[in-house]
Amino acid sequence: MTGAPTFEGSTGTWEVVIGLEIHAQVTSQSKLFSGAATGFGAEPNTQVSLVDAAMPGMLPVINEYCVEQAVRTGLGLKAQINLRSVFDRKNYFYPDLPQGYQISQFSDPIVGEGTIYLDMPDGSQRAIGIERLHLEQDAGKSLHDQSPTQTYVDLNRSGVALMEIVSKPDLRSAEEAGLYVRKVRTILRYLGTCDGNMDQGSMRCDVNVSVRHPGDELGTRAEVKNINSVRFVHQAIEFETRRQIEEIEGGGTVALETRRFDPKDGVTHPMRSKEEAHDYRYFPDPDLLPLVFTQGFVNTIKDSLPELPDEKKARFESEYGISAANAGVLVAERAKGDFFEALVASASDKSGKPASEIGQDCANILISDLFGILNKQGLSIDQSPIDHRSLAGLQALKLDGTISGRIAKEVFVEMLESGKQAEDIVEEQGLRQVSDTGEIDSIIDKIIADSPKQLAGYKAGKENLFGYFVGQVMKATGGKANPQVVNELLKKKL
Amino acid sequence: MADLTDLTLAEARDGVRSGTFSATELTQAHIDAVEGARGLNAFITETPERALAMAADSDARVAANDPRPMEGVPIAIKDLFCTDGVRTTAGSHILENFTPPYESSVTQNIWDAGGVLLGKTNLDEFAMGSSNENSFFGPVENPWRAADDGQSRVPGGSSGGSAAAVAANIAPGAIGTDTGGSIRQPAAFTGIVGMKPTYGRCSRWGTVAFASSLDQAGPMTRTVQDAAILLESMAGFDAKDSTSVDIAAPKFEAALTGEVKGLKIGIPDEYRLDGMPSEIEALWTQGAEWLRDAGAEIVPVSLPMTQYALPAYYIVAPAEASSNLARYDGIRYGLREDAEDLTDLYETTRASGFGGEVQRRILIGTYALSAGYYDAYYLKAQKVRTRIAEDFRQAFETVDVLLTPTAPSEAFVAGSKSDDPIAMYLNDVFTVPGSMAGLPGISVPAGNAANGLPLGLQILAKPFDEQTLFRAAHVLEMAAGVTARPTQWWKEAGA
Amino acid sequence: MALDKATVAKIAHLARLRVADDRLEGLASELSNILTWIEHLEEVDTEGVTPMSSVVEANLRQREDAITDGAKADDILANAPGTAAGFFTVPKVVE
Repeated sequence: MTGAPTFEGSTGTWEVVIGLEIHAQVTSQSKLFSGAATGFGAEPNTQVSLVDAAMPGMLPVINEYCVEQAVRTGLGLKAQINLRSVFDRKNYFYPDLPQGYQISQFSDPIVGEGTIYLDMPDGSQRAIGIERLHLEQDAGKSLHDQSPTQTYVDLNRSGVALMEIVSKPDLRSAEEAGLYVRKVRTILRYLGTCDGNMDQGSMRCDVNVSVRHPGDELGTRAEVKNINSVRFVHQAIEFETRRQIEEIEGGGTVALETRRFDPKDGVTHPMRSKEEAHDYRYFPDPDLLPLVFTQGFVNTIKDSLPELPDEKKARFESEYGISAANAGVLVAERAKGDFFEALVASASDKSGKPASEIGQDCANILISDLFGILNKQGLSIDQSPIDHRSLAGLQALKLDGTISGRIAKEVFVEMLESGKQAEDIVEEQGLRQVSDTGEIDSIIDKIIADSPKQLAGYKAGKENLFGYFVGQVMKATGGKANPQVVNELLKKKL
Repeated sequence: MADLTDLTLAEARDGVRSGTFSATELTQAHIDAVEGARGLNAFITETPERALAMAADSDARVAANDPRPMEGVPIAIKDLFCTDGVRTTAGSHILENFTPPYESSVTQNIWDAGGVLLGKTNLDEFAMGSSNENSFFGPVENPWRAADDGQSRVPGGSSGGSAAAVAANIAPGAIGTDTGGSIRQPAAFTGIVGMKPTYGRCSRWGTVAFASSLDQAGPMTRTVQDAAILLESMAGFDAKDSTSVDIAAPKFEAALTGEVKGLKIGIPDEYRLDGMPSEIEALWTQGAEWLRDAGAEIVPVSLPMTQYALPAYYIVAPAEASSNLARYDGIRYGLREDAEDLTDLYETTRASGFGGEVQRRILIGTYALSAGYYDAYYLKAQKVRTRIAEDFRQAFETVDVLLTPTAPSEAFVAGSKSDDPIAMYLNDVFTVPGSMAGLPGISVPAGNAANGLPLGLQILAKPFDEQTLFRAAHVLEMAAGVTARPTQWWKEAGA
Repeated sequence: MALDKATVAKIAHLARLRVADDRLEGLASELSNILTWIEHLEEVDTEGVTPMSSVVEANLRQREDAITDGAKADDILANAPGTAAGFFTVPKVVE
């Protein structure tokens, strides 16, 4: 474990302790306990069943797909799966909570302890403990800005299935928290259990932040609710860290309270509506029975799990000989890893070279060229203007020496602009690399003859003038001369 | 023609089916009876138009020679079952103007069997009560009055309106709900048969919830056979209720063989309460003798947890209720009081929408679940509940059914227990233990007190053994041979 | 267990029931009586006993993930005391 980041205050060194609760919407067609749809952006109250509106006498019936997805996620988090779990009622009043309670899991969640590994920027790994994962209903949506005197309530989200993933208080910086959220999101997306779209509310975070002098007991925490982007998680933690240190060093104390983050100014504010001490009066929901399944059910799901990012990363490193950092970038999105593998396979096919030999080169063109362009244009890998076959065509031309690396970059840009295949561009523009020693020979002879001063200098020991001759040859060939051939011939002649 | 309202449910069914009279005639007779008995206050909402429309449909089916099992029989529905397009109040101000856009599974089953909706009957608010004095729509009068004092008596509760309707021959059958005795105790108080099925036998979907782990719908009729017929139409698996048990409902009516030879009847010693009226004790002994004379074997059994069932119930039921009733918040339906802010809206709406007993139970339940008290109250009660169920399980290893009194007294004078909640709760002392264990139970009219008021005996059976329950109850009913009916004083009062 | 006025006020607020101050005293003694009666339960030995939350000895039945409901905003809003533009309305909540 790397040393935890610390903050200097007037009373000494501080560290921040962070725990995260991630609410991830299960990608199901219908709600956790009702048959209403879950789609985003529908007209108000049009995706609401009598159950979701808590009409008198309505009863919940659980969605089997949500159960399966929770188990799948638990397995993806390398967590304990509980074959028996219980649904409890969490009782509180709020306009967007129609039942007056949320059906959740309190003492017996469906998933227990697990671990998530973070790839730190310095190349090390950090293990972050998962406390639990439980299934629960989402609430509806309260809109406070539609009318000066009223709050509007839309129940479309009421009853949507959420997985609440609770971390242990193992995180020590805003950066770690950001990495953690991204990693969880990556795993959920690999598993297909949550789309991870934070801007649509299908993934939200509650962040628990406290500060302490290293080695001390945990400090009092503030909970910042409902943060909907990684950047805001960052900002909220940084603000809270500063606020709490200043509060304590100014002679005050940190209040155990719920706060909300305002993205406009990056500041957290206490939530008035949550001011009162809560007493949720959890008890087993008498409308439901214990959720029980067999180890066989769990095993079936286990057998169907896709390769997860950690395993894929390790495989990329060993199979393609690429760096850990590059592998990390490529597995961050399942589609990126897939694109990479398809590219390598295709390029290997075309060039006849083994994947282990060309992997790093393929990783390079993706990471340093393609991803940057996609990012700039706001495109996902699936929307890439160049598919893996075309890109493999370019790679093959480079790998078999048809074009040089420098020319390859130009061809890549041309491919993006024109949508043409690399082979066609090279052919049309006569960009083939010149490896014919006779042709290069005569060019070199001419350059040596035209550069008596440089030749004399070189012979006198100014070895860096070698580069001058290389440059002249490349210039004369329009960059198409094979640099290796040029080097060899020049050495001989000089 | 003889008065059609004097017919049993079975006779009414058979008469419609055979064409002796039409469903419309039968229904009209009962609509007239409802109107003539308004003095009892048994109904919150009368539905004569819907009843006649349904009866016309029944007549068409009979004419087409395609009658359903209970074709054309008018049924009164406790106003706790949601009925599509018909106001459903739960006896509460908070739902005074609530019209559900859906039909409860149990009532739908009854309509699918050919039943006719006569109206929605009065009840203790949210089924909380044992006297029907807790209704926002006023108390129900027991059709029976004591010979000696002539005072107004309670019909029991919470299904008091259904009980009164059946006892007064306003409906041949009614349905109620029983959480801790709300079908059986009013049945005993009004001299009718009231039956609570095994928990999970009837769907709870669409029935306004009181205490989810205890609530069960059941039939209220004038004979055991009628109860069997009505239950047959109500019961059945429902995928919309996660606690509905997926087993087929047998032909209950066919279980009435009139035969109990060799049946083992348990007499639980702990049900012999101090201060129980000697009339009730004597009737209980008499009941055992009738069954023995019919060939059954009487076996003393012990249910040591009996005395703890009621206090445990008064934690479990209010705890669940406190949560179940949180949805009545003045936002999506029901009463809303004008308010400055949200808290004010909640608190004033709920304070004026709920009556005293409902508020009392919400407070007890909230307290029992609150931080620091959960273990001492709620969890303790749940453990005691386990021991109560275990008592019964052991007893049923040696006996087939249990025989007990239904209630510790005959119907009491209206208002006489209103100021003493615990005295009121004790009404359910014999019915609550079986409820806590989810057992089927039935109250059968078995005699009358010296003042003429009816008395009932209760039979309890193993889970899902309603057939044996009905069989024993039928024999008990025949042996008791109760024929007394209340005098129809309300006809003058209502005129 | 004797409940005091403050506790009754606290529970009443948790349950969102407005109780007038002059009723707290009476309610406290009424509820205390009931709780004292309930506390007979302490006599029962429940050491090692599993609490029973349902008498049904089955596991939770699960339904298929399919859209079978919803799209009935009119029904959902039909009984509402306050609506606007397809929403339920309540007095403005300050977060």
